[in-house]
Amino acid sequence: MKEKAHTSVHYERELQEVKENLLYLGALVEKAILDAMRSLLERDSDLANEVISGDDKIDKLDGEIEERCVRLLALRQPAARDLRFITTAIKINGHLERIGDMAVNIAKRAVVLNEEPRLKPYIDLPRMADISRDMIRQSLDAFVKEDSDLADKVRREDETVDNLNEQIFRELLTFMIEDPRTIHRALLITQVSKNLERISDHATSIADMVIYMVTGKNVRHRNPDPDKQEEFKAES
Amino acid sequence: MVTIQDNCIIKVRNVDFYYGKFRALTDISMDFEKNRVTALIGPSGCGKSTLLRLLNRMNDLIDGSRVEGEVVFEGKNIYDQDIDPVEIRRRIGMVFQKPNPFPKSIFNNITYGPRLVGVRKKSDLEALVEQSLRQASLWDEAKDILGQSAMMLSGGQQQRVCIARALAMKPDVLLMDEPTSALDPISTAKIEELIEDLKKRYTIIIVTHNMQQAARISNYTGFFYLGKLIEYNPTEKIFTTPDVRQTEDYITGRFG
Repeated sequence: MKEKAHTSVHYERELQEVKENLLYLGALVEKAILDAMRSLLERDSDLANEVISGDDKIDKLDGEIEERCVRLLALRQPAARDLRFITTAIKINGHLERIGDMAVNIAKRAVVLNEEPRLKPYIDLPRMADISRDMIRQSLDAFVKEDSDLADKVRREDETVDNLNEQIFRELLTFMIEDPRTIHRALLITQVSKNLERISDHATSIADMVIYMVTGKNVRHRNPDPDKQEEFKAES
Repeated sequence: MVTIQDNCIIKVRNVDFYYGKFRALTDISMDFEKNRVTALIGPSGCGKSTLLRLLNRMNDLIDGSRVEGEVVFEGKNIYDQDIDPVEIRRRIGMVFQKPNPFPKSIFNNITYGPRLVGVRKKSDLEALVEQSLRQASLWDEAKDILGQSAMMLSGGQQQRVCIARALAMKPDVLLMDEPTSALDPISTAKIEELIEDLKKRYTIIIVTHNMQQAARISNYTGFFYLGKLIEYNPTEKIFTTPDVRQTEDYITGRFG
């Protein structure tokens, strides 16, 4: 359905600006993950350092978006879908900022790993990174298009990333058992993997919020697959 | 839509209302819960004030107006032939948009109604004045100046005199037609606080243009548009996840 614009043009524009800022933040964060992974795969420590120093920009934008949202709450007293939009924006903003920190974590591990010989060829790690980045992009797409089906699809991806993380951990464990000299490198790689897994968790949370924004229903802490609901509860 | 099973004090059933040939309300059915605040919202001309006035037969006074359907109060249709509208208005009091105290002393403003219905004893009247002013949160400010003209009070105080005057008739229901739209924020906050207290004893139905006010003080909200009840839900639902798109457009400022 075509959305009706606010009677107040200024208000409409302010909401639009929040949306645009969030998309920009999303783009910065995606780029940070991409570069952090490239710095690891291509053993490019200069690029890793760029990611680390680039986090200031992400933090600054995070602060600006939050300020805008608080101002809107105070001055416009938004209701219903505007209220859900702004609360969602505040949360998405926080998740994106944290994802930025995780890209920095990956870049820092890359700097250390680049000093040492390569332990093994990376196959699953780049896959994880690609899926996580897709999840971020799609969850933000869902946010802009107010598409709860797309958000739901993102939530279902999380399990794939979790499985890859476990697989990488098991594989590295065998390396460490066979040759203790690999422990340092293997631990660093598990940390990279863990950070990617956390990134996909944040993307899932963004998708959860989009579903709340569109439908008003809270799906957080619920398994996207209804058949696994019980199992999920038992785990958490 | 809200349906009140128990504790329903007023039941509106299939009400149409006409000003001459113009139909101002179309097929309104809604229940009002006892000891709750129900807010009626909607753009100007949507019929919310018409409905409010219909609940204690204030519209009777308008020439050429006509009601169809039923307004059931305590099991009886208030538009039945044998119903005395004066008695209905005693049980269902009203407070208007602009404070309209009589040009009399504060004391006489409040005792005016009770005297009309036969309360004569001075001690009874005094007790009634104190009780009503206390309930209207005006006693402390007014107790030493009861003999002074109510017209000398501030707008917010005058409005509380009007509320006290309505309460002096010991009504069951209080209808309020934008009771704070002519008041400053502090007086508004006092009246809102008062409404919160009053709902323990009375049922309040309030028409307001101030959406935040509806959100702050009411338990239920009904949204009207072009003479129809578009949505009637718990206030929290209306302001977070309304069921109807038109309601959402209105409360988020996407109208017109």
